[in-house]
Amino acid sequence: MVETVLFWVLAVLSIATALAVITNRNPMYSVLLLVVNFFCIGGLYLTLNAEFIAVIQIIVYAGAIMVLFLFVVMLLNLGSEKSLEPAFDAKKGLAFLLGLAFLAEMLVAMKDFSAIGSAKETFEYGKVEKIGLQLMTQYVYPFEMISVILLVALIGALMIAKKYN
Amino acid sequence: MLETLILALIVLFVMITLAAYTTYAERRICAFMQQRPGPNRVGPFGLLQPAADGLKLLLKENIVPADANKTIHFIAPVITVMLAVSALCILPFARGVQVFDANIGILFTLAIASVSVYGISMAGWASNSKYALLGGLRSSAQMISYELSMGISIVSVILLTNHFYPGAEYLRLTSIVEAQKDVWFIFINPLGFFIFLVCAFAETNRAPFDFAEAEQELVAGFHTEYTGMKFGSFFVGEYMNLWIASGIITTLFVGGYRGPFEEMLGVANWDFIKQTAWGVSWFLGKSAFFVFVFIWVRWTLPRFKYNQLMNIGWRYFLPLSILNLMVIALVLNLIQ
Repeated sequence: MVETVLFWVLAVLSIATALAVITNRNPMYSVLLLVVNFFCIGGLYLTLNAEFIAVIQIIVYAGAIMVLFLFVVMLLNLGSEKSLEPAFDAKKGLAFLLGLAFLAEMLVAMKDFSAIGSAKETFEYGKVEKIGLQLMTQYVYPFEMISVILLVALIGALMIAKKYN
Repeated sequence: MLETLILALIVLFVMITLAAYTTYAERRICAFMQQRPGPNRVGPFGLLQPAADGLKLLLKENIVPADANKTIHFIAPVITVMLAVSALCILPFARGVQVFDANIGILFTLAIASVSVYGISMAGWASNSKYALLGGLRSSAQMISYELSMGISIVSVILLTNHFYPGAEYLRLTSIVEAQKDVWFIFINPLGFFIFLVCAFAETNRAPFDFAEAEQELVAGFHTEYTGMKFGSFFVGEYMNLWIASGIITTLFVGGYRGPFEEMLGVANWDFIKQTAWGVSWFLGKSAFFVFVFIWVRWTLPRFKYNQLMNIGWRYFLPLSILNLMVIALVLNLIQ
């Protein structure tokens, strides 16, 4: 009962904040609303007993990535709404089409999805021990690959930012 | 349910009082170090000074600068206090005296610490003042830089917990305390302790890393444009965070609520009241010592420069903490 109420509150809130993020003209509001959105999604993970993923969601997304976003918005002191108003161009149409394609893809993926009965059934999966063990045994190659990809991205960003004398 | 609620209220009341009295302690200790009396007029030894300060802040006019973003300007102090209060619930004051004994314990603390920068950044941005903005900006960069070393030094503690208390849920703060039954982790992992301590200085925005305020450069940094109780809220949050950081250091490195000779005294067989009194005194005593260290350092060391802060964080502490983790992992693997 409590679970259902929590789910609906968090779900509605997360969709509302997500919509507000993309419709808001003020970049600062968008950043802060996205943080609220991440908290809602973290809460949804909690209702599934996935405490570890919920906390990682907060630490990594709300606590690190969004702080960087905030940093950039503050550094550039973006405030004027005019400068962010996009003119209509071909890019916008293409973005719309790609968005539709993504939506269709998601719907196809969700077609065969069957809801898990209750949070009790997922109880074991969200534990830190379980996730750690899985990452280090069954999924060790994808795990290492991701770290290499992140490293490459890091070095790439460094190379772009570096001044050549 | 009701018990938890009552415990939460007691913890809140005690910690707010402690935070208020820490401002008094800070001023008295600083005065002592500078050879002057400090606040000693309000009540005996000036002990009613925090109450007088609180009353003054409550009665002050609330000024919001023109062109400030009113909503965010209002929310920022609220968020600061809210996050500080929610971090309180994870502290294990004694065996069984903890508002929320989460099995992700230490990660919860890390999560709260990582989002607590929003209060400061929002205050800085919403004030529409360049000093406040710079303070908020510095704070957000500083937090991200020191979180990494902090996280890695926590991992070394978790490895030790797993070794000394095998089979326990090693992220739970109470397991970390119980794992230090024989020896405190500060003696096994002194480098990790040092890194964690310095990162705690950076995360709580205390001197020598108080760049968000830096009164000589930025007037008062992120809270330049705040008056009255909104300004007071930032102070409550800051001193509460000081106690939380000290409490976490106590839990992770110096045995938390466990006192010495517990086995000899047979503490485990005492009744609940006696055990709680014993645990709470040790926990608060050790935390108070670290709060004193925070104050002591603030009035001893000069502030670093901002580029020095970034250099120390990224080029010394991060590699050092990774090295520390690798050495500990290697040694634990060899002796197992």
